[in-house]
Amino acid sequence: MAESEITPELAAEHGLTAEEYARVLAIMGRAPNITELGIFSVMWSEHCSYKTSKKWLRTLPTEGPQVIQGPGENAGVIDIGDGLACIFKIESHNHPSFIEPYQGAATGVGGILRDVFTMGARPIANLNALRFGAPDHPKTRHLVAGVVAGIGGYGNCIGVPTVGGECQFHESYNGNILVNAMTVGIAPTDRIFYSAAAGIGNPVVYVGSKTGRDGIHGATMASAEFSEDSEEKRPTVQVGDPFTEKLLLEACLELMATDAIVAIQDMGAAGLTSSSVEMSSKGGVGIELDLGAVPRREEGMTPYEIMLSESQERMLMILRPGREDAARAVFEKWELDFAVIGRVTETGRLVLTENDATVADIPVAPLVENAPEYDRPWEPTPPSPEIAAGDVIAKPADEALLALLASPDHCGKGWIWHQYDHLVMNDTVIRPGGDAAVVRVQDTQKALAVTTDCTPRYCHADPVRGGAQAVAEAWRNLTATGARPLAATDNMNFGNPERPRVMGQFAGCIQGMGEACRALSFPIVSGNVSLYNETSGKGIHPTPVIGGVGLLDDAALAVGIGFTDPDLTILLVGETQGWLGCSAYLRELLGQEEGAPPPVDLDAELRNGDFTRMQILARRARACHDLSEGGLAVALAEMALAGGIGAEIAAPPGEIPLHAWLFGEDQARYLIATKNPAAVLADAEAAGIPLAAIGSTGGEALTLPGTAPISLTALREAHEGWLPGYMDGA
Amino acid sequence: MKAAVIVFPGSNRDRDMLMALERAAGKPALAVWHGETDFEPVDLIVVPGGFSYGDYLRAGAMAVHSPIMREVAKRAGAGVPVLGVCNGFQILTEAGLLPGALLRNACLKFVCRDIHMKVETAQSLFTAGYESGQVVRVPVAHHDGNYFADDETLDRLEGEGRVAFRYCTQEGDFDEAANPNGSIRHIAGIYNETKTVLGLMPHPENATDPQLGGTDGAALFDGLVAALH
Repeated sequence: MAESEITPELAAEHGLTAEEYARVLAIMGRAPNITELGIFSVMWSEHCSYKTSKKWLRTLPTEGPQVIQGPGENAGVIDIGDGLACIFKIESHNHPSFIEPYQGAATGVGGILRDVFTMGARPIANLNALRFGAPDHPKTRHLVAGVVAGIGGYGNCIGVPTVGGECQFHESYNGNILVNAMTVGIAPTDRIFYSAAAGIGNPVVYVGSKTGRDGIHGATMASAEFSEDSEEKRPTVQVGDPFTEKLLLEACLELMATDAIVAIQDMGAAGLTSSSVEMSSKGGVGIELDLGAVPRREEGMTPYEIMLSESQERMLMILRPGREDAARAVFEKWELDFAVIGRVTETGRLVLTENDATVADIPVAPLVENAPEYDRPWEPTPPSPEIAAGDVIAKPADEALLALLASPDHCGKGWIWHQYDHLVMNDTVIRPGGDAAVVRVQDTQKALAVTTDCTPRYCHADPVRGGAQAVAEAWRNLTATGARPLAATDNMNFGNPERPRVMGQFAGCIQGMGEACRALSFPIVSGNVSLYNETSGKGIHPTPVIGGVGLLDDAALAVGIGFTDPDLTILLVGETQGWLGCSAYLRELLGQEEGAPPPVDLDAELRNGDFTRMQILARRARACHDLSEGGLAVALAEMALAGGIGAEIAAPPGEIPLHAWLFGEDQARYLIATKNPAAVLADAEAAGIPLAAIGSTGGEALTLPGTAPISLTALREAHEGWLPGYMDGA
Repeated sequence: MKAAVIVFPGSNRDRDMLMALERAAGKPALAVWHGETDFEPVDLIVVPGGFSYGDYLRAGAMAVHSPIMREVAKRAGAGVPVLGVCNGFQILTEAGLLPGALLRNACLKFVCRDIHMKVETAQSLFTAGYESGQVVRVPVAHHDGNYFADDETLDRLEGEGRVAFRYCTQEGDFDEAANPNGSIRHIAGIYNETKTVLGLMPHPENATDPQLGGTDGAALFDGLVAALH
């Protein structure tokens, strides 16, 4: 391969269009060699260059007084007070996880952990957002089993609790599952590490695992549609080693406590290529690497293979001069490879040598700045009709609730999260299964609430509304624990952007997200884009997953969703119209995926959310839950099951049909269970917040208006039975 | 009480254990790195949870050959109390300090959840803070916690009162649904012959703080502090 002739055909095989290849020739002033072609190919892949999404991502709000670092670094950084920063990001590993679910998912977790500890943070929580194909698709069960085991296998070993996530099923993911992993970490604000190389002559150091031939072209694979032969791409999936990552984490944090590091960057997608290019580009300097010095675990690797390998658990660092020995001692203590492989130069060029011969020489600025950027044609999604509640068939409420609780999307996901160690580190205040998880910040009174959310069905029907709803729901989930939402990270999972309809979904979701983030002062500080989630021309539902982080000044004030006591009054915050369009009720009970999704009134979200949080922090809420898919009835059932205490609900007010009252998915709503309803009602009246007492807790059954009581046992069997039964092949 | 916690490169509940020990003893415990061969005299040695050296071979199999474990075995032989939790239990069985082995969970999956276990006897250093027969709620988090030994060994353990804890229902009954990993005779923890070494799969150190949903594990540490004062 080393000296094969570079032709436009070979460039095309590397995913470069004719126009892009012409641009390569113009930058280089000559034909690139194969190593250089490989570098251009991965740097200009959709995955690394964001060439399609950049134009739209720019429109998202990314600033705020709490933001220390927005998008563009390894992860976003926000200030949580007391000299501490929260560093977090979400990232997809969709394509590899479909091909090899265990390793694909495991290395997804490994990659996002590195993004966070590269910046100096100790990871304190992992989350994920998973989407699989229809349950009856022949691959789904195998993919669920492999992905969950892979996420657990990595996170459990490294010892970071996996505290939250979501998991849904839909046929649009049959050929393209989504595995999005999020990591949240904590660092002192004065010890945050960035990736810009600096200091001419400073050593460039490689640490971590050795480089092998795994994962070559992973970034390129993630930038193309799947075809029927995608499984032949298995060799492009990397293999994870969480034990080595644990060593790398501890070694990096140990070295970061000194002043040895100038800059540091993990080797993720496109490995040594993207790390060295990004570090030199951000620093406005050149980098020279001696590839012969790169630790390798295989013989005879070519420069092309070394530069494109995606072997895991590796980092690239720029050290201060003279600190090599001290740094080496730290990495040797942790039994990791440590090699000085190059130096920072003033040339502005990436120069690679092997045996004193130059094997690649590329000007960095044009490689990065002249990367292609597309304004792809897009067309808006045609509006879906509004569906009046009265036109939707009413099923008996108890039957409908049990069916919803036993449906793949709305059933309990304990089968998944009991496979994740969610307690290690001894700081998990609110465990998985509720709105948001809450983890304490060590050595403080504080805690962080964390969540991931998206309702792809809404985004498919109305991308703008769906994008706004995803943000609003994440914000609500944080609020429902008592946390003040601070910032978010986004994982934009879409189909082939070269189809205008898909591009329109992307543009629409971004618009809705931007509106919601601005209205809720909830900026996007990091994120990831995964396009080309299509197989044989069939794309996924648009899935912009929002990972949210909120802050509780006092961990002791956090509330969960479970009813804590009998005789609590159940209050409903927010207005209920009974919106059944695009609802879970329609899909699960009537087999209809249609209608416009519920409108998102951002003023109401803000008002109702701030009110709810105020009641929680005033210790008036024993439990709180936001209302989302499945509406009031599903939320009540979840609160009853989580607390092991039943409830009885009064008939709906006014003209609303019962099924619309119980299962409507109107936004901006919460349930609060309180001992002191009078105080909450008085506050609501004073603040003009819609609030109604709808029932009370107690007993061992949930009693909905007009139906016989449904025992907690029956609810539990419905809620907890489906997923284990499905996975057992029942 | 002066305690030492052995830290392997892949330990991950070392901090959790240090927190629980400090809470009970009122002073920090010593963290001892796996590469050490000696450390100051202590009243209690704890081998914590985690994945000692990655555990790709077999949980605890490599840790047994670490320098520090030779010292731990020597001190255990001299009567210094040793507590092994989760990966620590696996390591103690691999080291021969406790009989039997921890196999892959019967469900073949990692399991992290609260379980109930019955304190078989309060007549030990480790359980003096409990009542005999008391049912306590603590979490488990493991992939290989399925205790196994041959019948003869099990009969001897039971005959000598060396079963420390058994998985049970909240009411204290033994049934398969309450056994998270398929352990034979519901065994969650066992003692050595002198009852100075305890290994258990559940994590009492993760049940010592009311903010984290339960404090049933605290009595184990409080009992140790009282006994080793």
